[in-house]
Amino acid sequence: MTAGSFQAAVVGCSAGGLEALHRLLDPLPADFPLPLVVVAHLSANSDSLLPQLLQGKCRLKVLEAEDKMPVVAGSVYVGPPGYHLLVEADHTLSLSVDEKVCHVRPAIDVLFRSAADVWGDGLVAILLTGANRDGTAGLRAVKQRGGLCLVQDPATAVAETMPRSAIAAGLADQVLPLDEISRSLQRIAPSRAKKGKLE
Amino acid sequence: MTDAELQDIETRLFFEAMAVRHGYDFRHYARASMKRRVQALAQSVGCPDIGSLIPRVLREEGFLGQALAHLSVPVTEMFRDPAVFLALRREVLPILDSYPRISVWQPGCATGEEPYSLAVLFEEEGMLPKAQIYATDINDMALAKAEEAIYPARNLAAYARNYAQAGGKTTLADYFTTAYDFSKISEPLRQKVVFAHHNLVADGVFCEVHMVLCRNVLIYFDRTLQNRVLALFHDSLVRGGFLCLGKKETLEGTDYADRFRPVDRDCRIWRKAEAS
Ligand SMILES: C[S@@+](CC[C@H](N)C(=O)[O-])C[C@H]1O[C@@H](n2cnc3c(N)ncnc32)[C@H](O)[C@@H]1O
Repeated sequence: MTAGSFQAAVVGCSAGGLEALHRLLDPLPADFPLPLVVVAHLSANSDSLLPQLLQGKCRLKVLEAEDKMPVVAGSVYVGPPGYHLLVEADHTLSLSVDEKVCHVRPAIDVLFRSAADVWGDGLVAILLTGANRDGTAGLRAVKQRGGLCLVQDPATAVAETMPRSAIAAGLADQVLPLDEISRSLQRIAPSRAKKGKLE
Repeated sequence: MTDAELQDIETRLFFEAMAVRHGYDFRHYARASMKRRVQALAQSVGCPDIGSLIPRVLREEGFLGQALAHLSVPVTEMFRDPAVFLALRREVLPILDSYPRISVWQPGCATGEEPYSLAVLFEEEGMLPKAQIYATDINDMALAKAEEAIYPARNLAAYARNYAQAGGKTTLADYFTTAYDFSKISEPLRQKVVFAHHNLVADGVFCEVHMVLCRNVLIYFDRTLQNRVLALFHDSLVRGGFLCLGKKETLEGTDYADRFRPVDRDCRIWRKAEAS
């Protein structure tokens, strides 16, 4: 494992997230080499339809995240409603029903922080549309650990509060529309390029 | 060494100190959530890093209580996952009804909302007189609240919605007396639940029971500890006894997958296999 090569991507979104996730994930090729771990704010108490909905045109395997599930390339893991989703040091997933963070569970901050601890500068974190400030603290942790932060251009987001909050905090390495984020991912992932070469 | 690696070492040493000094062993808990909690503890007691917690946990009088309060987070609600309570009502209680007396063990009962939900089910199915619920936890503050059975009245609306979806036969308010901002569980229900301190990591079988309801506790444990705890549950259950886990917990991948057979996969209900 070479330093600076990307190992995983995490994605957070809220209001308007379903459409945004389609635009992000659908273009990715079946051999996309990074696992993606996704948290979206949805109403709890209902069983999640999100993995099914996302599977539609997606060429990667979309799974609902489960306790102790290993994170492997070629799959998209979606957190179940009502549970925080975390990444463990051995690259497995874990769930918790600890208190809400930023008034939500799952919280993007919780996923991003745990993923930052595990993957450090091998992590790409992507923050999309949303109507609250969840994700900003998470991106700060990603950045501190040397990861790459991509934020959806608020002008293209259904709800702009979430990306705007991260940008205002100076955490976005790049601010891009969805299609560009998707292309950017494909550029950095197969070539295992260092983030410096991106610009 | 990166800061993340250093924090991992500090966390490990902190848990070592808790285990060796106080006998509370969190070393087999899933690390990522625990690390968040230890960080929250450090912040709330004014420690700049996790390492600084160690001397305090070793020597400071009364610090253990504070630490435990942060490390076991008793987040719960009444009739959480209503479909599960509906399944218990429809699929499990009718079978339990064939026993002259029914004992249930609920480890990880937190502040009591879940055992009282079960008591409501027993009441509505006419089984309360012969039922006994034992509810246990390691968090003594949570247990004290559970015993008191007084909850913020503003929580009741959400609980009532869950209750209705769980097949509730009247209105949830019937089981409470409300004064000002607080609601207290009615005495007959409260009498049916016995709360006790029990640590799943260290303590043995609690008693022989017809059902173990342990939800959203195993997700916090690593596989080794999950297997230990499942052994306890298996040993506590009568033959054909029921096991109900959290909505996102499973026996698959554990040592106990074939010692139980599924009753309701979606609601995570199993029965202890006859021959074992
Ligand atoms: C998230 S709560 C679950 C509450 C309830 N069962 C529910 O699902 O709503 C987890 C509970 O497990 C308790 N717990 C954690 N470790 C434990 C242990 N080793 N032994 C007993 N209880 C434990 C915590 O104190 C907490 O109250």
